[in-house]
Amino acid sequence: MDDLYRDEILEHYRRPHNFGTLPSPTAVHEGANPLCGDRITLMLGISDAGVVDEVAFTGRGCAISQASASMLTDQIKGKPLEEIARLSGQDVLDELGIEISPARLKCALLSLDTLRHALADRIAWQAGTDVAAR
Amino acid sequence: MTLTAENAAARATPESTAGTATVRPPLDPQALRADFPIFERLIHGKRLAYLDSASTSLKPRRVLDAMDGYNRRYTTNVHRGIYTTGEEATAAYEESRVKIARFINAPDPHEIVQVRNATEAINLVAYSWGRRNIGRADTIVLTELEHHANLVPWQLLVQEKDADLEFVPIHDDGRLNLQTYEVLLRTRPKLVAFTHVSNGLGTINPVREMVEMAHAAGALVLVDGAQAVPHLPVDVQAIDADFYVFSGHKVLGPTGSGALWARRELLDAMPPFLAGGEMIREVHLRRTTFNDVPWKFEAGTPDIAAAIGLGAALDYLADLGMDRLREHERELVGYALEVLPREVPGITIYGPASADDRGGVVTFNLPGVHPHDVATLLDRDAIAVRAGHHCTQPLHERLGEAATARASFNVYSDRDDIDRLAKGLRSVQRVFDRPTSESHAATTQASANDLD
Ligand SMILES: Cc1ncc(COP(=O)(O)O)c(C=O)c1O
Repeated sequence: MDDLYRDEILEHYRRPHNFGTLPSPTAVHEGANPLCGDRITLMLGISDAGVVDEVAFTGRGCAISQASASMLTDQIKGKPLEEIARLSGQDVLDELGIEISPARLKCALLSLDTLRHALADRIAWQAGTDVAAR
Repeated sequence: MTLTAENAAARATPESTAGTATVRPPLDPQALRADFPIFERLIHGKRLAYLDSASTSLKPRRVLDAMDGYNRRYTTNVHRGIYTTGEEATAAYEESRVKIARFINAPDPHEIVQVRNATEAINLVAYSWGRRNIGRADTIVLTELEHHANLVPWQLLVQEKDADLEFVPIHDDGRLNLQTYEVLLRTRPKLVAFTHVSNGLGTINPVREMVEMAHAAGALVLVDGAQAVPHLPVDVQAIDADFYVFSGHKVLGPTGSGALWARRELLDAMPPFLAGGEMIREVHLRRTTFNDVPWKFEAGTPDIAAAIGLGAALDYLADLGMDRLREHERELVGYALEVLPREVPGITIYGPASADDRGGVVTFNLPGVHPHDVATLLDRDAIAVRAGHHCTQPLHERLGEAATARASFNVYSDRDDIDRLAKGLRSVQRVFDRPTSESHAATTQASANDLD
């Protein structure tokens, strides 16, 4: 069978983990791959202690981008933000465990990119509310 | 330079001298492949089944030789060197302009502006003609089929001018809704811009009729010929548009070549687009007079090798005969429309049902498999298809798909390519339909990807 589409990848694609929405997320971002128009929306529920308690995503895309999002959401659930901030592209690729060609890297890394934006948006938003509170 | 039997036969009966129409045999794609050096290499050990010609075409040796000749033997700037090689370069560059004019039957080579691609040609018109002629509350009519190249420049223009865009919708089969077009023309648009052949669906639009309707409503017309010039005989005088654009790299020519054709009086009245050398007549510190058309629009050193390569590509195609290429592609599309639904269960094919209404493009999806994955798996069998939105996101929104896969043809494409595509798609389905262990199954959420 094909390595790239090994069983685990295909399973994540067919039945992605953490697929859905959160009723009251503390961070949200919609990421898009301009090359193909694929989108994912990532929602995080972050506790006051800075731990990602809840995570969910929606979207449609190729097996690689969907499996990557499914695995990444598993990976970050229950983790503190400092640890999540250290996640690299290579970590995501290692988790996928497949050879990704340069043309498909954007698919594999869409979820990580979206996660980073969601966290950056939240920091910007917090900074904004801090200023407003002052 | 190798001459195929095809080529030799074609040269023996140039169309211009064929007083009595000699019926020539159909194109022989297998023989023609010998003209394209890329087929000398194997991809993953197999002959390349190149099904992405709508994106860019392969280049025949004749084009490569023409470019190489310029680069090796007479590399010189154009319109400057008062010496042998400079004169050769200028002559070859200007000869390409004549070849372009002849290829699309433009009445006068001075109406051909050599540009880098269709995108640049459309931007030239949008900036130069558009900025001067589009004002507040004016309307520009486009269609839902347009490539981003024939959409975004107009968006920028109407934003700047506070003008409006209207869109001719498509029917579900990808043909334009001409009733709505007629209604939109009653708003008396200043400009109508649409594609001759859709790169997304292959739809061949009734350009002549649409131009006539637009003119009757008082609008000028720009036709995007990026997917027409490579696949059909194009006659800009018969079409009677005001602007016609295409890219050289889709017409077997090099990247960095292309053309804008426009009626002389329009070009004369238009202000320059890019400014600098070559486009001037006299420059003083505070004022400049401009060169004549078309050079007024060719600022800076052009891509000379590419322009010369395009001339060679058009020679090559003129020798083969664009009517034969059209017939070849019509036959191939018909074959694909018959074979793919039969051999690939569940495949969705978009666009007009009849090959008569389609250029050499077949766009499709497999249920439950994203086109990216389709393209990746086909690549293992050396089958190259395009996957994505093909720079037509609004069209894909209309189709309700984020992305599709597309197979497109040119002279070197044949039935074997389509048979390999059908077989490749079946093996994609086998990869995606196979049972997998449930060990990774999610506990809660259902998948959006199971049924698509
Ligand atoms: C219909 C159409 N218009 C315009 C373009 C833009 O061509 P280029 O990228 O060569 O400028 C394309 C290329 O895909 C096209 O298919």
